[in-house]
Amino acid sequence: MEAYLRRTALWYGGLGLLTARVLRNVVLPPKYFRLVIHEIELMGVRSVPVAMTAAVFTGMVFALQSAINMARFGAENYVGPVVAMALFRELGPVLTAILVGGKVASGISAELGSMKVTEQIDALRSLGVNYVKRLIVPRLLASLIVFPLLTAVADVVGLLGGMVIMFIERGTDLVTFWNITSYWILPKDFLSGVGKSVFFGALVTLIGCYNGLSTEGGTAGLGRATTATVVQVAVGVIISDFFLTKAFLMLFW
Amino acid sequence: MVEVVDLHKAFDTTAVLRGLSLSLDRGETLVVMGGSGSGKTVLLRHIAGLLRPDAGQVRVFGIAIEALSEEELLPLRRRMGYVFQGAALFDSLTVYENVAYPLHEHTMLDEEEIRRRVLHFLSLVGLGEDVLPLLPAALSGGMRKRVGIARALIGQPEMLLFDEPTAGLDPTNSRLVAELIDELAGEVCDTSIVVTHDVELAKTVADRVAILIDGRFAITGPRDDVLQGDDPAVQAFLAGEARRP
Repeated sequence: MEAYLRRTALWYGGLGLLTARVLRNVVLPPKYFRLVIHEIELMGVRSVPVAMTAAVFTGMVFALQSAINMARFGAENYVGPVVAMALFRELGPVLTAILVGGKVASGISAELGSMKVTEQIDALRSLGVNYVKRLIVPRLLASLIVFPLLTAVADVVGLLGGMVIMFIERGTDLVTFWNITSYWILPKDFLSGVGKSVFFGALVTLIGCYNGLSTEGGTAGLGRATTATVVQVAVGVIISDFFLTKAFLMLFW
Repeated sequence: MVEVVDLHKAFDTTAVLRGLSLSLDRGETLVVMGGSGSGKTVLLRHIAGLLRPDAGQVRVFGIAIEALSEEELLPLRRRMGYVFQGAALFDSLTVYENVAYPLHEHTMLDEEEIRRRVLHFLSLVGLGEDVLPLLPAALSGGMRKRVGIARALIGQPEMLLFDEPTAGLDPTNSRLVAELIDELAGEVCDTSIVVTHDVELAKTVADRVAILIDGRFAITGPRDDVLQGDDPAVQAFLAGEARRP
């Protein structure tokens, strides 16, 4: 028990210290900007299919369930706004953060972790290279751009999925669906979700980087670090989502 | 160049260094010997600022480094070359990119000049143009060590730190690397610390030898005095090392 508490305290402390170091080093020399572009491609472009697939099916199943069950109390006309609100405010950002975040962060943990166990991080340090600027800040900056963009894509694709399923399954008129939805949905519904995804992007990237850099114990340790990252990303996103939502509602409602 | 005073370091509850002191002057090659797990590598990592001491002082180039932040240490590390035991080459980069790495990072030299320097330093370690496009995985252990040495040399450091340069090499390659370190001391970088348990290497390259037993130096002195002296602990250590295959 004591060892567990100690490990947990060390993990939070270490993540906090890493975050502080990243903030101190956030200004990059111009030659590192190509690294940011490279990471955007690696994280973002290659995650579009997974984000879109998850979003379209979530939108479809949400519309299907809502239509059948909201019809029980005569509210089927409001499926559009309900689907849009749920997707924009919660499902879009959270699902994207968990799926894409899990994929991206476990990849980062594996890469940095194997660099750590083969002393390549120490080699960078011994050559006088600031490894935080070289390895972590570009990934963080990329995630701040990639996660909101993917969330926006997921929002749109998910809503379209819901719309199509309403048309096919319930025979809803597409123009009516669109009009009711756009009447009830406000910019802040969309922006609060995208705003949260900026934070999620930073969180999952920092978790991936920290677990990679703190890998110990050779290849077995690498496996543990990668697994831990996937779990911590999912739990971290879900927990922080509650507090972020609370804060956003207090600030912007 | 280097002054270490009363250095203490423990990992969890295991004390590795217990009050170790050493000094190194410009132009000297110091060989630090000790068995596996005696803390040789830990000492070297403290000198490069890769580890922080629990207690004691480390001065490098006249600057106390134990309280410096990682960012403040970077310019000092560029003045030394660290050769890792496993070479620690960047495994996704080619030999050329590995050796050129410090120049790409820290200088504004054009590619032609970088290539010229890479070839020069590779030729110093006995490698030719043919290895440039290879990935580290395609190299033998001895070649990897040489590339690691070339990468450490290309920034023209004032001091070299070698961590077990002959470990894992066959006797012929060990001898070649030992001769290489000796040549480098004469021509390229005259100050170095070599950490090893290889007695033959110590005989080839050392000006002074220090023997690390129980977390501090049992003896430090000119090579022949130490290796041929009559200190019983040292002789027991050397006899043990000599019996190794």
